[in-house]
Amino acid sequence: MTDAIVTEGLRKRYGDKDALDGLDLRVARGSVHAVLGPNGAGKTTLVRVLSTLLRPDGGRAEVAGRDVAREAYEVRLRIGLLGQHAALDEELDGRQNLEMFGRLYHLGARPARVRADELLERFGLAGTGRKPVRAYSGGMRRRLDLAASLIRDPEVLFLDEPTTGLDPRGRAEVWAAVRSLAGAGTTVLLTTQYLEEADQLADRICLVDGGRVVADGTADELKARTGGDRIDVVLRDAGQLGAAVALLPLDAATVSVDTDRRLLSAPVTDRMAALSGVVRALEAAGLEAEDVVLRRPTLDEVFLHLTDDGRRVKEAA
Amino acid sequence: MSAAYALTDSWTMTRRELAHWARQPVRVVVGLVFPVMLLVMFGYLVGGGRGVRGEYVDYLVPGMLALTMAFGLEATMIAVTRDLDKGVIDRFRSMPMANGAVLVGRSAADMLQSALSLAVMIAVGHAIGWRTHGGVAGLLAAVGLLLLFRFAMLWIGIHLAMVAGKPEMVQAVQILVWPVGFLSNAFATPDSMPGWLGTAVAWNPLSHTATAVRDLAGAPGGEPGHVWAAAVWPLALLTVFFPLAVRRFARLSR
Repeated sequence: MTDAIVTEGLRKRYGDKDALDGLDLRVARGSVHAVLGPNGAGKTTLVRVLSTLLRPDGGRAEVAGRDVAREAYEVRLRIGLLGQHAALDEELDGRQNLEMFGRLYHLGARPARVRADELLERFGLAGTGRKPVRAYSGGMRRRLDLAASLIRDPEVLFLDEPTTGLDPRGRAEVWAAVRSLAGAGTTVLLTTQYLEEADQLADRICLVDGGRVVADGTADELKARTGGDRIDVVLRDAGQLGAAVALLPLDAATVSVDTDRRLLSAPVTDRMAALSGVVRALEAAGLEAEDVVLRRPTLDEVFLHLTDDGRRVKEAA
Repeated sequence: MSAAYALTDSWTMTRRELAHWARQPVRVVVGLVFPVMLLVMFGYLVGGGRGVRGEYVDYLVPGMLALTMAFGLEATMIAVTRDLDKGVIDRFRSMPMANGAVLVGRSAADMLQSALSLAVMIAVGHAIGWRTHGGVAGLLAAVGLLLLFRFAMLWIGIHLAMVAGKPEMVQAVQILVWPVGFLSNAFATPDSMPGWLGTAVAWNPLSHTATAVRDLAGAPGGEPGHVWAAAVWPLALLTVFFPLAVRRFARLSR
């Protein structure tokens, strides 16, 4: 299976800051790939370079087998882009927007009209009539924006923080749309700050920090990298958290404490030994626990773990 | 990409602007009425302007026509800034369309608006007593020069919009357009002004266009030879700002 997106040593500089600092990425055809990272990690720059809006300063990037710098037109024929801000004409209505974009994709006047109606129907916007996009809700706008990026059935679809600023319902709608596209074989690259979103939608996730990929893998692979399972203990009384850290058979240096949630959490190696050890120690010390759970690490923890490590490595260098 | 796409894409982008007109008829009407209001106001309130031989209206109308074209810079700049500020330009640039069509559409729509505006102004000018003595050929030549001037303003507007980038900057230019517009011979002849001011006014490209239009319409204040200057000035401005604007547009990918 060939890759739909390949970047090698991709660089983009703004002034003296490297927005992309030698970024390597491979996205398999037909997969959903999430690019996860904090603000300023280079996610948006990556999407803008891959969608031919920005020229890279170094390295190489191919989308659908075409070089983004040398064959921009060929790339544009094969991609759809949903940027961070709605890329729509706010004064026109939904149909006018889609029809205009259809014409600009050179579908021809009649097919552009037919396609516009089709997409309005598919995204639940058929009843919007002459209402200008300006008057749309955030969720409607996002749906129309997504419809516009699908006019030509792109091979590769870029979604830059597709659910930022949406309410839960809008988010669910976008997620459903992404799932159905992925089911139909479209390659999707999406950036997000939400770990849950990456976890829910993506086949593979790459963590980006400081313009490079710090980790790449499936959600499970990434979770395994923080050192396996964790134990969570929720106490009835937050005031006993300090005592619990000292008493429990856990390595105090690895325990994290969340006072608001009356929670302490630590990585464990031997699951059953840790569980029974903790329960026994709690009983012996007379500490009242509401909950004791063994679980896989969350992507949040993976993310903090890896990006912090990345920073430490850089500072040491 | 074939040349045919350049044409159809430009037409699609022009249609987009026309659809905006249909959406906002009030804005279109206000755009047309505002210069007419200025014309009538100056014609009746200021009346026999300073240092003008003959009918003031014959002097004023060509000046107002040129001034209206100059103010077009502001309209162009607002429209381009608004587009750049919204994400829609990103969608255009990520599509397999002719790159220049966005700018061509803008130009076509703005030129059409200006032609319309000129027609209305000329009609109102006649209604308040403007008489042209240069015949239809003279009037057509005058309209040609005015539109050429507008075309130069258009590309300055596009360039400024791309340099300034943010809608807040439009305000600064809006404020500047007025003194530059009024520092011309649109309302009064430079000989009636203090020396330095008169010189500035005489150099203003707007003044050359206004004088040439007066000349072609056989009005007072027209001086033979200005037709040439009224053609050369806009062309010179275009030589500078057209490539600058196009380069700026291409550099959005930097």
